Amino acid sequence: MTLPVFGRIPLSAVFGTLILAGTLVLFLFGPMLAPYGQEDVLGMPFAEPSAAHPLGLDQNGRDMMSRLLHGARMSVGVSLAAVVISFCIGVPLGFLAALRGGWPDLIGARLVDIVMSIPVLISALVVLQALGSSLPVLIGTIALLDSTRVFRLARILAQGIVVMEYAEVARLRGEGLWWMLRREILPNALPPLMAEFGMRFCFAFLFVAGLSYLGLGVQPPFADWGGMVRDCQQGILYGLYAPLFPAGTIALVTIGVNLVVDWALAGRTTIQGENR
Amino acid sequence: MSHVLQIRDLRVEAPDGTVLLHGVSMDLNPGEVLGLIGESGAGKSTVALASMGYGRGGCRITGGEIRLAGTEMRTAPRQTREALRGTRIAYVAQSAAAAFNPAMRLERQILEVPRVHGLMNEAEARVWMTDLFSALQLPDPEHFGRRFPHQVSGGQLQRAMIAMAMAGKPDILVLDEPTTALDVTTQIEVLRLLRDVIRRYGTAALYITHDLAVIAQIADRLMVLRNGREVETGPTAALLDTPQQDYTRLLVAERHGSLTASQRMHNPGKDELLAIEGVDAFYGRTQVLHDVSLRLNRGETLAVVGESGSGKSTLARLIAGLLPPARGEVRLDGACLPPELSQRDNAQLRRVQLVYQLPDVALNPHQTVGEVIGRPLALFGGLRGRALKDEVARLLDQIGLPACFAARLPGALSGGQKQRVCIARALAAKPDLLICDEVTSALDPLVAEDILRLLLQLQDELGIAYLFITHDLSVVRRLADRVMVMQTGRIIETAGTATLFATPEQAYTRRLLAAVPELRTNWLDEVTAAH
Repeated sequence: MTLPVFGRIPLSAVFGTLILAGTLVLFLFGPMLAPYGQEDVLGMPFAEPSAAHPLGLDQNGRDMMSRLLHGARMSVGVSLAAVVISFCIGVPLGFLAALRGGWPDLIGARLVDIVMSIPVLISALVVLQALGSSLPVLIGTIALLDSTRVFRLARILAQGIVVMEYAEVARLRGEGLWWMLRREILPNALPPLMAEFGMRFCFAFLFVAGLSYLGLGVQPPFADWGGMVRDCQQGILYGLYAPLFPAGTIALVTIGVNLVVDWALAGRTTIQGENR
Repeated sequence: MSHVLQIRDLRVEAPDGTVLLHGVSMDLNPGEVLGLIGESGAGKSTVALASMGYGRGGCRITGGEIRLAGTEMRTAPRQTREALRGTRIAYVAQSAAAAFNPAMRLERQILEVPRVHGLMNEAEARVWMTDLFSALQLPDPEHFGRRFPHQVSGGQLQRAMIAMAMAGKPDILVLDEPTTALDVTTQIEVLRLLRDVIRRYGTAALYITHDLAVIAQIADRLMVLRNGREVETGPTAALLDTPQQDYTRLLVAERHGSLTASQRMHNPGKDELLAIEGVDAFYGRTQVLHDVSLRLNRGETLAVVGESGSGKSTLARLIAGLLPPARGEVRLDGACLPPELSQRDNAQLRRVQLVYQLPDVALNPHQTVGEVIGRPLALFGGLRGRALKDEVARLLDQIGLPACFAARLPGALSGGQKQRVCIARALAAKPDLLICDEVTSALDPLVAEDILRLLLQLQDELGIAYLFITHDLSVVRRLADRVMVMQTGRIIETAGTATLFATPEQAYTRRLLAAVPELRTNWLDEVTAAH
């Protein structure tokens, strides 16, 4: 794997990196930077931005900026954890299914099809209703549901790679499972998987927001960005800025992730050794 | 006489700024066939496509003039260029299978040209298409166009593409390696018909190929290109007999050498290494090998020749363990080889190695040369650390690459270098049998020549037996101790190389041998007359 040349970083990548660095700072230090607590009611609902409250107040009169800073850890943390876990489940199983073929592949693929045929929100509601909405359950549910998509992608990518002659050479050499997965398939499947990672990360944000809307996501009083968009949405009816701030942060992080992913993929979008 | 195509000082650049053509000039007279010769990367296809005012994959025409039928193609607006393509100049690609839309009947694709350009009405276009089909000797010319691309053979499809190019009655045909992907016997047929059609309708042509013997049959003049520059141009016979430039001399000598080379002196061992006994094999329900038996001694080279679909590569996969036989057995050194790969032990895996046709897909693009060669050394030889590094360097030296290549990725290697690395990977396992599946057919002639020399030298040094699968009979003559001819999954004939070339017993073998083009301008006429 060659690293992209530094010193010739495109502007978009600089921008994306800055956004991600900012997100990381918020993730680590957000609550410490917040001027107010996330539950403190400080004034009228939907108060206009002022010197004391640069982003104004939300529907319950809480400081918008403080809630954004507090919510960073929750939002980024839940999405990141869910996506990382879903890739840790989906990628190895998808590769394995493609490599083994036959019955394991058939059962795995059909099982995933069944899960995917049920709308994600419904599956998530059932699980969260049954087990109660706690953070581990929330992350685990999103991760498992998302891993079906990752499985499908990983499987189809690996199917294209195992028929390549270099993979055949490895089989002829009697290579074990670990080598096949780690050295032959993974490096060649990486670019599309990375692109998918960036997208899945953003979807997870929105999914948490959707669950919060139904009262099954991040539970109050904890702030999360998706939940804040929902809480403030009636503000749109009155022409207020309030919902734009959390929505804007989600959009910004989404763009940042994708800019960095694009940059990492630049020049190596070929898969399966098509560099002739 | 006015020229149908005039190119002056043509310069083309790739999107990354690499200069592909450094000022190439040429004139094409009406009805004349100009052959463009050179290795890959010489700029042959770039010239041909630029003559249509087209740059492939973002290539830009940065300088010079292209005058086609009195129109300057570089500066002409897009509509003008598009109106000329198909009517004045038409393109025939190397792979007809990739050029036809598999979901449309042939006639719809062929009639599209006259229809889009409004050249003739439907009825006239149909008559013209039928004329072309008959001229190209396609079966049942009245109804041939009703077929879909997958319903005709490779040679027929290539002829259908020539008909498609001719459909607009162009002045010039651009032919980009139109017979390279075909079997030898099909190749001469397509070549002969193509020449007849060009002559009958007085069409001029730019004919691109890397095979001098093929171009000698059809071109009036030849232009040799190298690295985007013209090396020399001249009438075909004169250029082949008395080349003026060193590079042309090298190309001609190589082709002469490969065609007339006598068999090498080689004394293979007498002990049996590989034996195959009455093997049948199936892909699904289709039987692909019928009662195949063969013997191969230590240090011997057995060439397996035949056209595509004859079962050559299937045989290789069977020996390697990728395709279990339905009947019969494969023995290595007298011991039966398990049919399934998973049942073979380390030593059995090590002793049989495979080298593939396309080095691009045979090397993992994310493993360095050192890792590729080092893996079998570690796996079979148990080498680690310093010893492993030294052995990789020694193998690189043996295949003629510097030791610093160990750190490179395959993407930074040329085609010939990649094939060398594939050979080194096979050698690293210290095999007794090397199966070479068309190892030179994807390479340029001069590079292929180097690889063949390397293989010969390695056999002399290491005494490895080769099972050499190829459709190129000139390679067979130089390399093989014995030859096995296959057709539709059966062995037709097996004989010593000299015997087979001198006195072939079977009619099919004779046809195969007669189809190898010779480096004389009148060879095709003689073959045609003999029929």
